[in-house]
Amino acid sequence: MPDRPEPVLDVRDLKTVFKTRTGEVHAVNSISFDLRPGELLGVVGESGSGKSVTMMSLIGLLPSPPAQIRGGTVTFEGRNLLTVPEADLRKIRGRRIGFVFQDPMTSLNPVFTVGDQIIEPIRKHMRLDRKAARARALELMQLVGIPDAARRLTDYPHQFSGGMRQRVMIAIALACDPDILIADEPTTALDVTIQAQILDLVHDLREKLGMAIVWITHDLGVIAGIADRVMVMYGGQVVEQAPVKELFARPRHPYTRALLKTIPSVRGARAPKLTVIEGQPPILGAAPEACSFRDRCPYRFAACDAANPPRFEVGPRHDAACFWNFDRDAPRDAAPAGEALNA
Amino acid sequence: MLDAQPRPDGRSLVEIRDLRMWFPIRTGLLKRHTGNVKAVDGVSFDIREGETLGLVGESGCGKSTCGRAILRLYEITGGSVKIDGQEIGDAGPNTLRRMRPTMQMVFQDPQASLNPRMTVARIIGEPLDEHTKMSRREKTAKVHDLMDQVGLNRAFADRYPHEFSGGQRQRIGIARALALNPKFIVCDEPIAALDVSIQAQVVNLLEELQAELGLTYLFISHDLSMVRHIATRVAVMYLGKVAELAPREELYGEPLHPYTRALLSAVPEPDPEAMGGSNRTILKGDVPSPSNPPEGCNFCTRCPDVMEVCHRVDPEFRQVRPGRWVACHLFEEGASSPSNRADTESMGDTA
Repeated sequence: MPDRPEPVLDVRDLKTVFKTRTGEVHAVNSISFDLRPGELLGVVGESGSGKSVTMMSLIGLLPSPPAQIRGGTVTFEGRNLLTVPEADLRKIRGRRIGFVFQDPMTSLNPVFTVGDQIIEPIRKHMRLDRKAARARALELMQLVGIPDAARRLTDYPHQFSGGMRQRVMIAIALACDPDILIADEPTTALDVTIQAQILDLVHDLREKLGMAIVWITHDLGVIAGIADRVMVMYGGQVVEQAPVKELFARPRHPYTRALLKTIPSVRGARAPKLTVIEGQPPILGAAPEACSFRDRCPYRFAACDAANPPRFEVGPRHDAACFWNFDRDAPRDAAPAGEALNA
Repeated sequence: MLDAQPRPDGRSLVEIRDLRMWFPIRTGLLKRHTGNVKAVDGVSFDIREGETLGLVGESGCGKSTCGRAILRLYEITGGSVKIDGQEIGDAGPNTLRRMRPTMQMVFQDPQASLNPRMTVARIIGEPLDEHTKMSRREKTAKVHDLMDQVGLNRAFADRYPHEFSGGQRQRIGIARALALNPKFIVCDEPIAALDVSIQAQVVNLLEELQAELGLTYLFISHDLSMVRHIATRVAVMYLGKVAELAPREELYGEPLHPYTRALLSAVPEPDPEAMGGSNRTILKGDVPSPSNPPEGCNFCTRCPDVMEVCHRVDPEFRQVRPGRWVACHLFEEGASSPSNRADTESMGDTA
């Protein structure tokens, strides 16, 4: 794809396994994706689909044991993050790649002031003196819209509301001007009116700072509003990937199609009965040898039991891991070699 | 049936008038009573037989406290709660115990509300032990019936809660609530802990059971789109008070209270076709503390349409159109005069 800029992050065939007393859990099964400069990639999936584990794997945030990365490459600035020494990785984390987690209550340290917690990464990574770091912290708090920032620097996390704590988390993540921001369900713990404030803030910050963002969520509504491109995950795999408008207009994986139908809307027409995805998500005891959605899929046919579908190209920058061809409403022809994306 | 409005002659099964639930704040060495958290502060509404009343609002608005207070899981501070004609607001333990089978609850977190040391059969059968004199055989049969009804395999009756998924655990909670043939069930965020694909399964089950058994629900949720799906009428709470109460389509089609409007516009839209990007209202600031609510209207600190009067006078919750109740000064003119609102007036009318 020569017309697109070089990716800032390129993940190929990432595999992560957890070893537990009762056996292995194959949480991430050969995931490949890339992230372009300045783009916002939405990652959607239900709990257990592997979306958080994927992101934590690629910057070495998973404790090992029990986690074990079984393979793949994560290319960031020409280096494979899976093999760089821990000391180098530590410099990349926080400085070049920032994080925001779901629960702002538990990710802030209750015994330090908010100011200390913003200043710490600035001093560590940017080697600024105390005064300059404090000035930078103040600037960040203003950037994320915390009113009366100078006074609030010396407040403790419990003195902040949930929405304000999440703004603090975003300020910490942005402290060193990262190239990539990974946000894991950053608005899930917040009320809708506060979520709307944070989404608005992210819009502004993207315009001002232009970093690439990975936004993990289970809420397709949030994705529709902010993402450029969406990756849908199921059973530790990417099942569909497309630009946001394309995904909502032409979903090409049965899981995405069902997911879009199960969510009622507050606007538009109201369905008399909700569409249900029958059954349960798969138990990831082994690497998949057949399609992991087949037990819940209305389109299931022989091919789905025989092999795990690769990601077929189904449109411009749009791929889906399904043997069914929705455009012709027929099974896909035996995969032509050139069509499979992650052979 | 799912779309059917309750029969027009549907009587009120639950009548709540001026319900108040204040929690005392005690400070200092002597634990002196220095203030109150007014979690529910003067709430009035009716729930008609066979309908689902959705109760929505953001965290801390008092919706869960309200649901629990209605079932008298708290000693309420004041007001009246009538269920099936029986006043239970000030009822003693014996009356309450007699009433318990009529009114049941489904909790948010199926993990926390099921005893991990009890088998599914014992969990579902426990209300039968408490309130009926069934023989062991009758009980087993009833438990199996209940499991069928909520779509659980009866072969799993001797398993423990941890062996089930979240959605199945919620089915266990629903089966337990159904055990005593209740008329009224308070569902407190029953789907909040579940994944989207499982939420629809549980909501459809609740709807099927309602159609089959003629149940009446109070459905407490922060998920406005799911409430639009399941509720007949919707009440919106803010800071301990009901801001607006209206039939579902009217509330979502034309929200009157500025808070309802802001709340609905804040919900992200999963359908790009229906996206109304231009007229979004983003509220400034946070919800004030219920221990120190603002003077006048409790929404005046964040209201985009705030007027001078809002800082002084708490607006009355009144019927501004048939079936539509709002507590807002914007709708003062043309509203029924406050004096003709007697306690006997039905708050369920859609006439």
